[in-house]
Amino acid sequence: MVDPESGLSLTIARIVQRLQGSSLHSQLERQARVSLHKPEIKLESLKEDIKDFLKTSGWEKKLQNAVYSELNVFPSPCHPAAPPEHMKEPLAYMRKAQRPISEQKELLNKWNEMGTDEPDLSLFRPVYAPKDFLEVLMNLRNPNYENGEQPSFRNHLGLIQVPLKVKDIPELKEDFSELGLNIGQLGIDDSAQVPPEFFENEHVRVGQKVLAEQDSAAAQQYVRQGCPTALRADLWALILNISNQPEDILYYEQLKSNVIQHDLLVDSLIYKDVKLTASNDDYYFVFEDYLYQVLLCFSRDTSVLEHFTYSSATPPKSYIRGKLGIEECAVFYPPNGVIPFHGFSMYVAPLCFLYHEPSRLYQIFREMYVRFFFRLHSISSHPSGIVSLCLLFETLLQTHLPQLFYHLREIGAQPLRISFKWMVRAFSGYLATDQLLLLWDRILGYNSLEILAVLAAAVFAFRAVNLMEVTSLAAAEAVLADLSTLKVMPLLQIFLFATVT
Amino acid sequence: MAGKVKWVTDIEKSVLINNFEKRGWIQVAENEDWNFYWMSVQTIRNVFSVETGYRLSDDQIVNHFPNHYELTRKDLMVKNIKRYRKELEKEGSPLAEKDENGKYIYLDFVPVTFMLPADYNLFVEEFRKNPSSTWIMKPCGKAQGKGIFLINKLSQIKKWSRDSKTSSFVSQSSKEAYVISLYINNPLLIGGKKFDLRLYVLVSTYRPLRCYMYKLGFCRFCTVKYTPSTSELDNMFVHLTNVAIQKHGDDYNHIHGGKWTVSNLRLYLESTRGKEVTNKLFDEIHWIIVQSLKAVAPVMNNDKHCFECYGYDIIIDDKLKPWLIEVNASPSLTSSTANDRILKYNLINDTLNIAVPNGEIPDCKWNKSPPKEVLGNYEVLYDEEMAQSDGPDRDMRSRSGQSTGIKGNRARDSGKPVLTTWK
Repeated sequence: MVDPESGLSLTIARIVQRLQGSSLHSQLERQARVSLHKPEIKLESLKEDIKDFLKTSGWEKKLQNAVYSELNVFPSPCHPAAPPEHMKEPLAYMRKAQRPISEQKELLNKWNEMGTDEPDLSLFRPVYAPKDFLEVLMNLRNPNYENGEQPSFRNHLGLIQVPLKVKDIPELKEDFSELGLNIGQLGIDDSAQVPPEFFENEHVRVGQKVLAEQDSAAAQQYVRQGCPTALRADLWALILNISNQPEDILYYEQLKSNVIQHDLLVDSLIYKDVKLTASNDDYYFVFEDYLYQVLLCFSRDTSVLEHFTYSSATPPKSYIRGKLGIEECAVFYPPNGVIPFHGFSMYVAPLCFLYHEPSRLYQIFREMYVRFFFRLHSISSHPSGIVSLCLLFETLLQTHLPQLFYHLREIGAQPLRISFKWMVRAFSGYLATDQLLLLWDRILGYNSLEILAVLAAAVFAFRAVNLMEVTSLAAAEAVLADLSTLKVMPLLQIFLFATVT
Repeated sequence: MAGKVKWVTDIEKSVLINNFEKRGWIQVAENEDWNFYWMSVQTIRNVFSVETGYRLSDDQIVNHFPNHYELTRKDLMVKNIKRYRKELEKEGSPLAEKDENGKYIYLDFVPVTFMLPADYNLFVEEFRKNPSSTWIMKPCGKAQGKGIFLINKLSQIKKWSRDSKTSSFVSQSSKEAYVISLYINNPLLIGGKKFDLRLYVLVSTYRPLRCYMYKLGFCRFCTVKYTPSTSELDNMFVHLTNVAIQKHGDDYNHIHGGKWTVSNLRLYLESTRGKEVTNKLFDEIHWIIVQSLKAVAPVMNNDKHCFECYGYDIIIDDKLKPWLIEVNASPSLTSSTANDRILKYNLINDTLNIAVPNGEIPDCKWNKSPPKEVLGNYEVLYDEEMAQSDGPDRDMRSRSGQSTGIKGNRARDSGKPVLTTWK
């Protein structure tokens, strides 16, 4: 157990190390130097005066936001003696469950066989679809866990059989207290029947103030009640600490030229995914070209490799021909270490409604990925990881809608089989876009993906009456096939705060 | 009044027929006694023509005004709008105010247009002021993008100059007449593609003017990325948004049909441009629709047996200014996608609920004031009677958006004189 004192100093040391040498650091230095010319900076009180200057000119705020961003993204340090794998994933059996290297190599071999000139896309089956991934998760077991011989009603009857700790409704109510019945929400209290004076106008005013202050932490708190559409793009950028500096735009242009200069085999997977998903979507087909741009650049962006320090996954390596196994001849493949899977482009698509400058769109997506989305397709014990989300969903359903759960199980329609794809995609492509954005507001606000599991359970609760009448998996799928008319916030609110437990 | 409504149509579209049948109406032939006739524009011409026409009785309703072409023919629409503006100018109305360049501030919503061959010389004068501009040639009497082409050189329309010199009094058959308009080469692009707006407007009477706007309009996207490059002026997939054209493109998709809802457009614009400019844009769109109807109201034959559902085509440029391109008397009732079919079915349903109250045998003497409950997805766009009696406080304009319904009054902040405009 790490004592709080040394835990804090470890954190500080790590943050200082990460920010040192960053562009923010050099900007601060430059600003400090520039300030020396100002009359209010006196030699006797140099340090204090410069600090005051940085505070009033907004630079302290920028530093604050950067520190806050680091705290959000990186986990707290474990024991100083723990090896780096523990920061990626503390549980040994989870680490072992990662996709085996042999499987990755097999995929790469398959690619190497295909030509690059005119890829016949029909030859590329999607690398994996959510269904395959679910099979892997279902087979996870903790070898140290013994839950007794006789299965009883206390046992978990869902598909996920690992004993991770998940929250119950009282805990969720506390965590998501801002979604309570007596608190104003966008998505509920801005509907046509409610006069805007009651909540909406004031909420917009507060939002504009938060943006003026440029305070990440305040923004994160604010968006828990939803973002006004006109302010959302800027609020998300503030929370994700994306400032769109000239060097960021330059970096993006560099990636773009890489795309033009070199083909990657993974590009074909991206083309296929976009064509199969976003191009057929009523909301997102318009942005097809933007999706190619962003995703092709993304796969070449080696800065994404950084997130593997706290992700349980490991980027696959490719070896120069004939040098298999020789580490000096290894490169990460694709360069960003992320193999796109079926539906991957749907992570980007909703963002196109908010950002029409490609470089800003790109940065927002990249940050969303390394903060949130990567957890949805890697195997880890993190509370926002897909395994925990599945378990949370199943537990909520089994505990609060036991009749429904048993019925669906009886007819061979395990609920997770239906809701899994919603959660893996963070509901993108299933909800109407305005509703999806309200949901993602809360992901950012609470810095957690748990809300996806809660919403999935809430959807089942909402359609419970119809689901009780079905007698097959196909019929259950049909009842839940169309979520495009759902209003997300009332569902969440009722499930968390207005359901008799 | 007992008895079911007897209907006729010469447009065999399921969205129509299903709506008649679901009301239990009875299909009859044209030469029998009918109450409701959904007719094509050729038929309305016959019904009201001097030679073949006949009087309609009080219990008969048709879906076109006799001289709808004052609004729906490209050349007549422009002519009426120009006349309307001049009249307002003459009476000193603040609506006709011009800016320092001589452009109308509030009534400049149709691109500069000339009739060919009649105005050929005027056109040449205008063309020479901006020789690098692009112009679009459209045949007056055709639809679905047929016969449209772009030009950027006078030589490309030599044919019309020759004709105008030789025949000044020989009337051209209306099918040969063209309009030439300044091409909007800076359309607002989304995802790099050009799109236009299709909005449905129902007019139940012109004097007093009473019109409704359908909340569920849509955007039609080109399948090919937009470029103003002169090398692509001939590529209709870049420039013309008509579904009839786009559906022949390689990239046409049958699932979404290249269509976006207006609420998607609204969400996108609010998120990327802000709420004020988006509200202003939609206000302006409503404004130009109402002005176009007011422009033709004086010349319209306001036959009490008639109502009409128009398809308005609007293009938004990259400064977020809407332009009225044309008005269609017979908007397509063909469905290109499943969503399309649902939309058009509901459109006809709501239209019939307003035009034929209670689904009963109509009486054309009724006051054409349907109660709010039957409007369905229509919203009152402009009601001249109400505007005159209620005074300036009432906000008549509809707002289409993600949440349905009118959200109460909103002060108009564009500086236009509120009192006089909506009367």
